[in-house]
Amino acid sequence: MIKSNQLDPDFKSEISKEPGGEHLKRCFSCGTCTAGCPVRDITEKYNPRKIIRMAILGLRDEVLSSDFIWLCSSCYSCYERCPQDVRIPELMNAIKNIAVREGYLPGAYRTQVDLLWDHGRLLEISDFENEERQRHGLPPIYEKVEGVRRILKVTGVDKLRGSRENSREE
Amino acid sequence: MRYALYLGCTIPGRVLNYEISARRVAEGLGIELVDIGDFACCGFPVKAVNRHAALLMAARNLILAEENGLNICTLCSACTGMLTEANRELRENTDLALRLNQGIMESTGRRYHGRVEVKHFARVLYEDIGLGRIKERIVVDLSELNLAPHYGCHYLKPSDMYHHIEDPENPESLDQLIEVTGAHSIHYEGENQCCGGGILAMDEETALAMTKGKLDHIKAAHGDAMVLICPFCDIMYEFNQRRIERAFTTEFKLPVLFYPQILGLAMGIPPEELGLHLNRVKTRHLMERVFPSEERSSK
Repeated sequence: MIKSNQLDPDFKSEISKEPGGEHLKRCFSCGTCTAGCPVRDITEKYNPRKIIRMAILGLRDEVLSSDFIWLCSSCYSCYERCPQDVRIPELMNAIKNIAVREGYLPGAYRTQVDLLWDHGRLLEISDFENEERQRHGLPPIYEKVEGVRRILKVTGVDKLRGSRENSREE
Repeated sequence: MRYALYLGCTIPGRVLNYEISARRVAEGLGIELVDIGDFACCGFPVKAVNRHAALLMAARNLILAEENGLNICTLCSACTGMLTEANRELRENTDLALRLNQGIMESTGRRYHGRVEVKHFARVLYEDIGLGRIKERIVVDLSELNLAPHYGCHYLKPSDMYHHIEDPENPESLDQLIEVTGAHSIHYEGENQCCGGGILAMDEETALAMTKGKLDHIKAAHGDAMVLICPFCDIMYEFNQRRIERAFTTEFKLPVLFYPQILGLAMGIPPEELGLHLNRVKTRHLMERVFPSEERSSK
């Protein structure tokens, strides 16, 4: 049961102002996104049409704290097919960015932030990897962390670091 | 023809066969790939966390290429997408572009003038070299092979970002690149479906089920091997193939090759120079069909 006094009528405007979320209000709930979604094809946990409906209704906390906003695989099938050009993967990304600012960051992403901070890249290139590269006639890769760290600092992403206990998935 | 080679994160540590074969084929076709030591991550991994940071990370790499006076050639489709997205945003005359440029100045002390083009290696082959010139270089008969192309998502989509270069519902470039080697490019159900890699870290069970679906369809269509142009798709179809076989008690043993490996074979480049020994799903049976008498015969 949705209670109208628990809805945030400004949520749709908040999303619309977030880069990527501009076209949210164009959605007329036709479900084309969901019918062709390869994730929805496997699991009912992810339903873009429903998420968009919830966002427009103003179910702010429920959407931002959910796991399901993180299940878009960014394949862009719906982006191509949406008759209203809602640009759903970019919209989901905008919602995720808002969720992160509200303190919801899945462990897997925190780990990625840590790795980028430590190595300037998602996968460490140590001496071991460089020896392997050399064996195959490939040039060495040197990790360039400073430039990446400055960007993470300027954007405040560096503050999201620090969850080493999260097991790394990839 | 010179490009800055953008390797991204996954390839240089994990997917050396792609890098080895791409460099070797490029050399054979006269494409000079320049290494830029300061390249770092493209930004794609933080897009979901903070898109602005992702765009700045992409811009940092664009600036490095621009300072070297080079366009970028990518091997990873996600990197292609992220670098192209940043390039497009920075070339627009919008508030976002203004804020991005301020962020670039603040974090790098440099400016980006928007002069760099970003092109996936497969598109360099398809557009810059062209099917005609590739065909002239084919010396080994691959007509025994039925290959299943997997375009992946970010090589084609969002199509407006790529200026509608190709219809994402009915793409042709990879099929044609396969056919020009003499091998057959087969069609199968769900050809344009995503590998699932985008949610591997969030929901492994669902991601692997997505991957399995495609392997099932290729098996049903009697594909001899899969042909990829993205390292993350390889993580799904090749690195995780055994895991999927165990989890779903099934068997695929489907070789997964990168397009430059196929092209290189057809150009007569020895398999070991194309990193075929590094492929996780063994390609021995496939190679026996190309070189029946265990010796390399050229037409």
